[in-house]
Amino acid sequence: MMDVEILSRLQFAGTIMFHYLFPPLSIGLGLQLFLCELSYYRTRNPAWEAAARFWTRVFAVNFAMGVATGIVMEFEFGTNWAAYSRFVGDVFGSALAAEGIFAFFLESGFLAVLVFGWDRVGPKMHLFSTLMVFLGSMFSAVWIVVANSWQQTPAGYHIVWQDVQGEMTPRAEVTSFWGMVLNPSSVDRLTHTLIGALVLGAFFVASVCSYYLLKNRHHEVARRCLSIALPSALLFTVLAAVTGHDSAQKLVETQPAKLAAMEAHFHTSDEPTGLTLFGWPDTENETIHFSIKLPYLLSLMVYNDPTVPVPGMDQIPEDERPPVWLPFQTFHLMVGLGTMMIGIAGLACWSWYRKTYEQKRWLLWAVVFMPLAAMTANQAGWITAEVGRQPWIVYPSVQDGVEMMGLKTADGLSESVTAQQVLSSIILFGIIYSLLFAVWVFVLNNKIQHGPESGEELTEYKRKLKADSMSEKFGQSGKSHGGDMLEEGVR
Amino acid sequence: MNYELLTFIWFVLLGVLLTGYAILDGFDLGVGILHPFIAKDDRERRLVMNSIGPLWDGNEVWLVTFGGALFAAFPVAYATVFSSFYTAFFLLLTCLIGRAVSLEFRSKVHTPAWRKFWDIGFFLSSFTAAFLLGVAGGNVMAGMELGPKYLYEGNLLSQVYWYPLLVGCLTASLFALHGAIYLYLKTEHELQARARRFITKLFYLFAGLYVVVSFATFLHVPHATENIANYPILWIVPVLNALAVLNIPRAMHLGKPGYAFFTSSMVIAAFATLFSVAIFPNFMLSTLDPAYSVTLENARSSRGTLQTMLIIAVIGMPCVLSYTVIIYWIFRGKTKLDSNSY
Repeated sequence: MMDVEILSRLQFAGTIMFHYLFPPLSIGLGLQLFLCELSYYRTRNPAWEAAARFWTRVFAVNFAMGVATGIVMEFEFGTNWAAYSRFVGDVFGSALAAEGIFAFFLESGFLAVLVFGWDRVGPKMHLFSTLMVFLGSMFSAVWIVVANSWQQTPAGYHIVWQDVQGEMTPRAEVTSFWGMVLNPSSVDRLTHTLIGALVLGAFFVASVCSYYLLKNRHHEVARRCLSIALPSALLFTVLAAVTGHDSAQKLVETQPAKLAAMEAHFHTSDEPTGLTLFGWPDTENETIHFSIKLPYLLSLMVYNDPTVPVPGMDQIPEDERPPVWLPFQTFHLMVGLGTMMIGIAGLACWSWYRKTYEQKRWLLWAVVFMPLAAMTANQAGWITAEVGRQPWIVYPSVQDGVEMMGLKTADGLSESVTAQQVLSSIILFGIIYSLLFAVWVFVLNNKIQHGPESGEELTEYKRKLKADSMSEKFGQSGKSHGGDMLEEGVR
Repeated sequence: MNYELLTFIWFVLLGVLLTGYAILDGFDLGVGILHPFIAKDDRERRLVMNSIGPLWDGNEVWLVTFGGALFAAFPVAYATVFSSFYTAFFLLLTCLIGRAVSLEFRSKVHTPAWRKFWDIGFFLSSFTAAFLLGVAGGNVMAGMELGPKYLYEGNLLSQVYWYPLLVGCLTASLFALHGAIYLYLKTEHELQARARRFITKLFYLFAGLYVVVSFATFLHVPHATENIANYPILWIVPVLNALAVLNIPRAMHLGKPGYAFFTSSMVIAAFATLFSVAIFPNFMLSTLDPAYSVTLENARSSRGTLQTMLIIAVIGMPCVLSYTVIIYWIFRGKTKLDSNSY
């Protein structure tokens, strides 16, 4: 039987990675959807409305998955990590509660108007609702990333010892709310995470539209959406690189162990530090096999100075070192994919500008597959950040010159929960999530294959809907259905 | 503000969130429970689902916010309750996921087998979720085997016995009744007539269980009435509760379904208040030794956090309420199917 710690970590990693497939897409798609609707609102062109209605349908499927899998995370803090919850509740809980009250109500409320309100509210109200849903999902990310960042770089708190039935037990208490919210890594991590989501959304729209062009379908809608999606993909991939660089630079002060793990930098020396491009880290022998190393570059990137050596893993006490292989590989994967995405987005924009994009089938196909790259990069970044902070669940930190204790992951567990219980929940959720994933892919594919209505179909649908509601007003027995779109339930 | 008062305010606010959740998700869980029985064909099934279509997601947010607020205001209670109910809560999560995706996916493919699958999923998850919420409530009412340092020493089997199961049945029947009244408001013609018949049947079922659970509580949970005995003014809650229960058939008889829905909401609010009164000042009473109980005092956050959160709530709640009202207003009236429907 495996032990509770490993199982609980597996369970948390699994459920959060599955959850994390959806919110970034919701955030990214939210922006694209808003831009489509804004264009509709300004031009009143039915093709823009058809596009917005189509992306709404895709958005709704994805959003429902995000909501459904998100509640699991909130419950798991209490069910599996009770000791952690008692330790951080004073700090972490308020961010979570703020998310509920400031973000969830906003997004779920206006989601109703976004999804079900097309024929009930005017374009202005609908546009406003779309904006609110987009902002709501951004606020949600804000509070979650703040809560997570506090664990990585805690601030604005002190440790209080409480007498729990005869045993003195520590817990973190907030001393400054804003100090906690704006902890040293909040802003950097937040911008990088949000931009990662916007990259995914832009590439997702670009991908589906490029697919339509390849298959000779829905040209009108596809071209319009591409004119928004491609430039935003380029903008956000570049911004992702900039913000990623900023985040990494901070690590040398806040979490040197994570930085050393990401670079598999085992030995500190007086020489400037090089950057490893590829390799296979071997923790036991403290070396990297098959590596290609560029001299001076890591020092330059971290300190903006090629000569200052970067501290390595040997500066970290042995029992506080994170695993190296996984953060190294996921970090390099993320950077590699990011570079590739900048390249593809740049090429696509250039040829779009030259009006040759639609002839370059290889480029269209490349863009079709970019959402996978973006999603993988998001996941890889998350793994780097979370595995790189082990064995700490809450990092130790220095507040006003006083050293504060941290909390190790192993000490955060629920003591009353057995390995058997965790294992059965992993199996249960493994089955449910596999089923869900299959259904999600299937339904999403269905939506994409069906595609948007054309401008004319939409105009016809609206005419029928109007006729129906008129006949009802005058007490005649109007048809109960308003045309093909109703029958189909094509939402 | 005084620490004791702040603590009490947060206990009340959590009660408000729980009440809001029970009233709002109560009717859509109820609609899910009734779904296979009340709708005869595919169009009616879609109507029933779409009656809660724009609303269920927002309703569930009350539970999420309740969880977050409990975590923040009383972390020890959050940690202890959630880890004690490990298996039950994972089943509840399964149900909440199942419900969300059943609603979302059902109408996406046009084959009878596909729809049947999600119909069953929708019913089972709605019913089980309502039932499990009741079982958890019953266990918390009766107290649990809490050992030293807030460590739960019981297991799933010690949570599944006659009293919580009865409370589970009561909750499911109340939500079903609440949902039936909601459906009566949102439907027309034949479907509405069927909803009317369900209201009558469910009312008898619920009223019967209400009497049984009241007696069972007197017998099995003697401490539940202590607070009422100490503060006789609190008698007002069970009395109003009983009156509200009786008012449901009266309002329906008078032909005022909106009033009946308001009344069933008040019944739920009264139950939530009774529950809070019964457990106060504990979150989880230890049946092993009262000294091990999780109380308001030993579970709460620091004064600063409670104060900050109160500011957050004061800013946030009016916003939440105003857009909740806007959304319910936009989707008022009888449910109709259009191209955006499930």
